[in-house]
Amino acid sequence: MQTHAQPLGGALFTRAYLFLLALGAIGIALMIWRFAVGLGAATGLSDGYPLGIWIALDVVTGTALACGGYAVALVVYIFNKGHYHPLVRPAILTSALGYTIAGTSVAVDLGRPWNMWKIPLYFWNWNLNSSLLEVALCIMAYVFVLWIELSPAFMEKWSVDGPPRLKRISQRLLPILDKALIWIIALGMLLPTMHQSSLGSLMMLAGPKLHPLWLTGWLPLFFLVTCLAMGYAVVVFESVFSAIVYGRKPEFAMLRNLQKIAAWGGLFFVIIRIIDLAFSGSLHYATTLDLYGTMFWIENVLWLLPLAMLAGPRANLGTLFRGAMAVALAGAVYRFDTYLVAFNPGPGWHYFPSVPEMFISFGLIAIELAIYVAVVKRFPILAAVKEKSS
Amino acid sequence: MNTDRRSFFKSIAAAAAVTAIPTAAIARAKKTAPPDAVGLLYDATLCIGCKACVVACKDANNMPPDTSGYGRGLYDAPDSLNQYTKNVIQLYKDGGETSYAKKQCMHCIDPACVGACMLGALQKGKFGVVSYDVSKCVGCRYCETVCPFNVPKFEWAKTAPKIVKCELCKHRLADGKEPACTEVCPRKAVIFGRYTDLLDEAHRRLKASPNKYVQKVYGEHELGGTQVLYLSHVDFEKIGFRFQQPESVPHLQQSVTHGVYKGFAGPVALYALLGAVVFRNRGKSEKES
Repeated sequence: MQTHAQPLGGALFTRAYLFLLALGAIGIALMIWRFAVGLGAATGLSDGYPLGIWIALDVVTGTALACGGYAVALVVYIFNKGHYHPLVRPAILTSALGYTIAGTSVAVDLGRPWNMWKIPLYFWNWNLNSSLLEVALCIMAYVFVLWIELSPAFMEKWSVDGPPRLKRISQRLLPILDKALIWIIALGMLLPTMHQSSLGSLMMLAGPKLHPLWLTGWLPLFFLVTCLAMGYAVVVFESVFSAIVYGRKPEFAMLRNLQKIAAWGGLFFVIIRIIDLAFSGSLHYATTLDLYGTMFWIENVLWLLPLAMLAGPRANLGTLFRGAMAVALAGAVYRFDTYLVAFNPGPGWHYFPSVPEMFISFGLIAIELAIYVAVVKRFPILAAVKEKSS
Repeated sequence: MNTDRRSFFKSIAAAAAVTAIPTAAIARAKKTAPPDAVGLLYDATLCIGCKACVVACKDANNMPPDTSGYGRGLYDAPDSLNQYTKNVIQLYKDGGETSYAKKQCMHCIDPACVGACMLGALQKGKFGVVSYDVSKCVGCRYCETVCPFNVPKFEWAKTAPKIVKCELCKHRLADGKEPACTEVCPRKAVIFGRYTDLLDEAHRRLKASPNKYVQKVYGEHELGGTQVLYLSHVDFEKIGFRFQQPESVPHLQQSVTHGVYKGFAGPVALYALLGAVVFRNRGKSEKES
């Protein structure tokens, strides 16, 4: 796969960058502290709310926002729109980072993370009914797949100006990778299809503890549709953002098309969701504007907003940016609701993340951003386009 | 543009084919209690709240005292199941209406925790007891998320935490003894026995004293049935049983996922399809760009 991607170049340690590093350092320090004191002291979690923001935000929302690689790969490789190829690498990079961070977050969240290696290796103990097992295995595999998909970006650079040994390895591996990449790319689409839908199946097992507006046999499909919409939106968001910040010329027509997919995906989701609720007889819960009814409508409005934005006469970069944010937010709220707000363990239980819990999440996100910036500045990720004339 | 919208719907349709099977279309057989199933029958009308069972349970399972509640450090007085407590007696009081309620694992016939557990740390074993094996546990707490009775508890205060739950004194059962809670109960408010015998006994009591009881054996049908059965003189919701649905918790999730993942054919077929399409498209997209 030939690309015309080039390193962005420029100074790395800007003031904003140092701020990210500081946040990341706080996060790492708190993670170490969390293992010293245990989950009870470090978090706001309880037996009623055993899963908190490390799961609902970093894993369930974070990996959906990291579906850009999956979503763009579908367009390029399955629907054969080769001219979208320049968007693939940055999307794969965000995906690789997002999933790696999610995996790290899980390791921090688990009570006995030293048993984690048993999940892929103790296959004779696998409980094939467990959606969580599927999520765990697929995410572990997908992290590898993503970094392999991304590895040509590093090797292209190393094969030219890397240290001698790295240079030799890169030159030898690149052609092999190029041949194998088809099957890796296919795996890179299969795995997210499986685990993103399974993230929905996972909460089906909360059964009656999950509010009827969210509990449905279609949860896997809903999670899949929404992760795709979110994936497209993130690619748009990221491209517009780097266009503004790094003064690059955005691929406007392509981004508008991707944003359209995301927006129509939102409409599609709201329609199938309401049809499903009508058939299952739970739609009446939406007419009570308690916490649940209100959240339900907030989600739906957020999902429909981007389409309304695009319907305006002149869609510009700002419209795309706001629309993409609305999709990402809609998906985030939907996932948060499914995992936390609509989950009711019974009277007497409350959850609000503790300050260290939040700063571990912030720290992980800061690290993700910091690595992203460093990589795009040093390695050929973003497609080379003319500087914006200004 | 239009083609992109169509692409999206096409991809969704393809995805729908592999991920979502309408739940009604799949018949997942209702699970029944294993032939060697044993259990408990708790009769709230007989319980005097002496908590001898709570003490005996702690003793039999080497559980530390819970001094966080009443008396602050003086008494082992748990107010609910927690990381120190596998069995507890709770009081319901509303005006003149009172009842005690014993809480411990219900040993579901089709347990959500067992369906959830990645490596089978929670398993339905001998006598239908839902037991826990720490060596297979990663501490993910998904069992806590899905249990409709909020039974599994997590050792939040520890750095090497385990899941804590009643295992029906399986170590005593192995010695031919009954669970500690039933052994010490002075009023026989909680009794141990074969599941089918307990069910018969519960119905005998309902028939013998129709005015004394709410006419229902909680656990006979609720959430797919449980090996711990309850009789009560107040509504079951009042003594903490929130859910009355007959379907087990795993029924919905497994109906859907079994449809999709049967024999792992779906994912394999999808992989082959994706690979084939990428392979076919490859040359074209290179020409195009």
